[in-house]
Amino acid sequence: MTIRQLAARLVVFLIVIWAAASLIFILPHLAPGRNPVRERLGQQAAGGGGRALGIEEVVAAFEREFGLDKPLWRQYVVFLGNTAQLDFGVSLALYPTKVSTLIWQALPWTLGLVGVSTLLAFVIGSLAGALLAWPGVPRFVHFIFPPLMVLSAVPYFLLGIALLFIFAFKWSWFPIGGGSPLTSFPEWSLAYVWQIVYHAVLPASAITLSGIGFWALGMRGMMVTIANEDYISLAEMRGLRPRRVFLQYGLRNALLPQITALGLALGFIVSGIILVEFIFRYPGIGSLLFKAISAFDYFLIYGVVFILIVGIALSTLVLDFIYPLLDPRIRYSKS
Amino acid sequence: MAETRHFLANNIRLSIGIFLILGMLGFWVIGSAITDSADANPISGPPSSAPNLKYLLGTDAQGRQMLPLMVAGMPITLRIGFIAGAIGVLTGTVLGFTAGYFRGWVDTVIRSASDVVLTIPALAVLVVVASTLSSGGLSVNSMALIVAMLSWMWPTRTIRAQVLSMRERSFVDMARLSGMGNYEIIARELLPNLFPYLVASFVAAVAAAILAAIGLEALGLGPQNDPTLGMTIYWSMYYGAVLSGWWWWYAPPIVVLVWIFVALYMTSSGLDAWANPKLRRT
Repeated sequence: MTIRQLAARLVVFLIVIWAAASLIFILPHLAPGRNPVRERLGQQAAGGGGRALGIEEVVAAFEREFGLDKPLWRQYVVFLGNTAQLDFGVSLALYPTKVSTLIWQALPWTLGLVGVSTLLAFVIGSLAGALLAWPGVPRFVHFIFPPLMVLSAVPYFLLGIALLFIFAFKWSWFPIGGGSPLTSFPEWSLAYVWQIVYHAVLPASAITLSGIGFWALGMRGMMVTIANEDYISLAEMRGLRPRRVFLQYGLRNALLPQITALGLALGFIVSGIILVEFIFRYPGIGSLLFKAISAFDYFLIYGVVFILIVGIALSTLVLDFIYPLLDPRIRYSKS
Repeated sequence: MAETRHFLANNIRLSIGIFLILGMLGFWVIGSAITDSADANPISGPPSSAPNLKYLLGTDAQGRQMLPLMVAGMPITLRIGFIAGAIGVLTGTVLGFTAGYFRGWVDTVIRSASDVVLTIPALAVLVVVASTLSSGGLSVNSMALIVAMLSWMWPTRTIRAQVLSMRERSFVDMARLSGMGNYEIIARELLPNLFPYLVASFVAAVAAAILAAIGLEALGLGPQNDPTLGMTIYWSMYYGAVLSGWWWWYAPPIVVLVWIFVALYMTSSGLDAWANPKLRRT
């Protein structure tokens, strides 16, 4: 990758971030007569009974606090500045906790869940797809594939509810939800880590199981083409071991489009994980978003959505940067 | 007729897909005949009744009868999918043809825009839009329009790729040499040839739109006054139906949704095989 391409890619990344921030700023202003602060306080007042008395003063105080009494362009500039520092203001539901604090607490859970389950689905799926297209593979491979393909059409969270019913409610093998036992405190002990893994099994399985088919399908398509290439026949004729032909000559070449697909699928995966976390009450970003929605906590909603978009933009950026390292053809052709 | 039968016998996935879609139609026709749509409303039955002879699929905690709820909810889900999918494919066709046929800087802009927007988690953006625009709940149609905002990228991408390869074929050169204009070539040469792709990407777009819509509904952001499948899941999770053992509350919407998704998946991959003979081998 040349410096120019690198710079262009970075510019796209910055544009995405800026567009996401602007969208979050503009949207509330497009809804006529809406004022998130007033609405949120009105709701609190409605819930609390007689507290509606001084509400106008409270709204005014809040607006001064958040700078909502300034002209729109100044609000926008301030907003962009704050967002650039990852300062999303204060949660309205859990006042005065900062939105960023809530997000940093939830982020490791989601990263762990997304990372492990996507990696598993990618590796298992790609391997299964490659084997399916390769001549002379054991027959059982062709029998486990169709059910996994059908599972790939099922959204993660529907599969999650089914797993929850069978393995947590019916058989009680796994906990019914959460990320760790309610009674335990975070600590660096083997028992606690074990509990985290134990709680993550079901949500991770839901994501992995319905992800495998997607990766297998793409891989099979690539591998069918590659299996018929001349250089594969040549490698076989040279007497190389079948495993080496499969891994080094077949798999490695077929894997590159899969990396591109991973970049494009990340948004889809994260959308799915939001719902899985909601179903399993997993303490990550998705559950935080759900809580924010149910509490009309707009600043928290906007903060979470911004972090999700930035996270994915960052991941695709990293994927684009490591892609040339994986593919010698790209690495050498441009330099 | 015999030819169609032969084709369907060879394309098992498409046959299964069409069979499942016809099955949905049958479920809706028979369901509408034997149930009253008013029974999909709260307190039309006792709360949280397990399935029995009177309430075939049981009732939820608010006394909605599950069977009428499913009969009413399935067409709403499909309607959202069809509206959003149609808008997505229409936009995708226009953008895909513009980018793929005319190339140049327009192509660069459309291609990068669709690639960038594709990586954005659609659900997150839809959450912002839906939560900002809906104070008292959305209507089914505005829900479909919101979902449609993010359903054009994948059709744009696939259609552009097809147009790119097809515009280099010799019959397009032939048409150009015989004096056809650009728009005539697109309308009379490219569109008919790409029709199978358009149908396949429409079915895929419908599935994607339904996925986004039930996601919003399950988070409690969908239409509040219509008995949607996603909202049924939202309420069942809200009331802790799994812990309480009320499986008949969340099982029917899951079954109906899996039915819809598998039907659309089979149809679209069967159509892919029809559109792209290279895929037929395996």
